[in-house]
Amino acid sequence: MAVDRFPIETGHIMMFARSIGDPNPIYADEDYAAGTEVGGVIAPPTFVQASAQYDPDYILRPKIGEPWFGSGREATGVRRERSGGRGGGGMGSGLHAEQHFEYHRHLRPGDVLSATTRAGDSWERDGRSGKLRFSETITEYRDQNGELVITARGVGVMTEGPTAQKGDG
Amino acid sequence: MAVSAKGLSVGDSRDMVLVDDLTRTQIVQYAGASGDYNPLHTDDKFAKEAAGYPGVFAHGMLTMGMTGRLLTDWMGDGRLTKYGVRFSKQVWPGDTLTATASVDAIREVDGEWFADLSVMTLNQDGDMVVKGTATARLDP
Repeated sequence: MAVDRFPIETGHIMMFARSIGDPNPIYADEDYAAGTEVGGVIAPPTFVQASAQYDPDYILRPKIGEPWFGSGREATGVRRERSGGRGGGGMGSGLHAEQHFEYHRHLRPGDVLSATTRAGDSWERDGRSGKLRFSETITEYRDQNGELVITARGVGVMTEGPTAQKGDG
Repeated sequence: MAVSAKGLSVGDSRDMVLVDDLTRTQIVQYAGASGDYNPLHTDDKFAKEAAGYPGVFAHGMLTMGMTGRLLTDWMGDGRLTKYGVRFSKQVWPGDTLTATASVDAIREVDGEWFADLSVMTLNQDGDMVVKGTATARLDP
């Protein structure tokens, strides 16, 4: 996801670590972390995915004043054709097939990242519920000094209907 | 905390129960922290009636995040240089997930030591939900 400014914050790291059920104090306790090899709080390996919070156009976040495809009075707030996945998911048509990270270093509170994305390969395969269309996105996360810190490669799959097994959000 | 190349052998493995009886609330918690509010994961009415699924299911990235805990608990904080997975089956509320990691190779590159690992996470039925690989930097 393209993001101009993703500030890495201690509270956000703590909430993220809680959500993945990881009680490691390296993610929340500054005093503990100061006495470890890494010398301070760091982010868990998959934390960078939370850059979605700072992507102004992220499709999977409700935006103030705009229709949202989740339920309210009706099962969906928009017509089915309007939404759809982009790598990370969508209305039962776009799912997450693969995710790969390469760490040049680990993130610390105080880092301010920016991210650029580019399309990678795309390919097709026949699946149980119709044709599967895979597409790869490469995201490069750089820190406040312009240094490359994490390279991410995501593979999204668009399906023709709800998938019973393959893929995930 | 960190693992040394001398103390590690190809074939060594570790496993961990990542979650017992995954709750919908934890999925919502992950949505809030990650920023991925896809209603497929948080909105049962949408998942069933609009998208045609049996109900909400977990973000793949939640399973990848939970699985990462096994790697960081074993290899040490800040030691991963690579971590990647393929999502092979959905994870549903109520699932119990167990991850297993094993050492495929130990190698030296320019004076630094690394372990290549494979990792997989299975649900309570023994079905693989995530399969991947990782590389960790070791002490000599």
